[in-house]
Amino acid sequence: MHIKYFSWVKDQIGIESESITINENINSINELIIFLKNKNEKYSKAFEDLSVIRCAVNMEVSNLDKKISDNDEIAFFPPMTGG
Amino acid sequence: MIKVQKDDFNVNQEIKDISSVNKNIGGIGLFIGKVREGNNSELKSMTLEHYPIMTEKQLENINNEAKVRWNLVDSLIIHRYGKLYPGDQIVLVATFSKHRADALESCEFLIDWLKTKAPFWKLEESNKGKVWVEEKRSDLEAANKW
Repeated sequence: MHIKYFSWVKDQIGIESESITINENINSINELIIFLKNKNEKYSKAFEDLSVIRCAVNMEVSNLDKKISDNDEIAFFPPMTGG
Repeated sequence: MIKVQKDDFNVNQEIKDISSVNKNIGGIGLFIGKVREGNNSELKSMTLEHYPIMTEKQLENINNEAKVRWNLVDSLIIHRYGKLYPGDQIVLVATFSKHRADALESCEFLIDWLKTKAPFWKLEESNKGKVWVEEKRSDLEAANKW
């Protein structure tokens, strides 16, 4: 699974993207967040307040309970500020 | 048409390019977003980050929705990314229709939508340092009215 990070989420985690191999315990975005938060403090801080985290699955904005699989591209970012 | 680009754009030329191939345009709705210096001239630069490909897909989707909801002859969204400075142009929304209501309403719809649903993030740099711009409640309310 390929994961991308944008804006301050990227700054806090310290990388733009990464690939992880998904295991059977990760079936949704919420479960992926729990997995990432356990990696280290940078992740746990970035995902501390989920009310300011948005995500996209295969470039479609998705809810955090969205089901995911190994071939998906996931992105995490704060609320968008275009225009 | 959608353009996501680093380079500046020439509004007159963009309008002319579309107007010259369609003589059935009676009015053009136009919005140009620019980088503001701020009340105390504190802003040094604004860097726009985006999510390539998703940005184009999202803009294409919303542009198509505008064409379904209003009677448009054509429409154009240009959104820049990269490092910009006070006074620089950020975004152009131009809607072309036979009559003014379709052009004006769809233009407002598109820019309201862009503010909260286009995958861009703005990093402002001032004397105080660098700060990511947060979502504004007024922008959310404006987008929700459609």
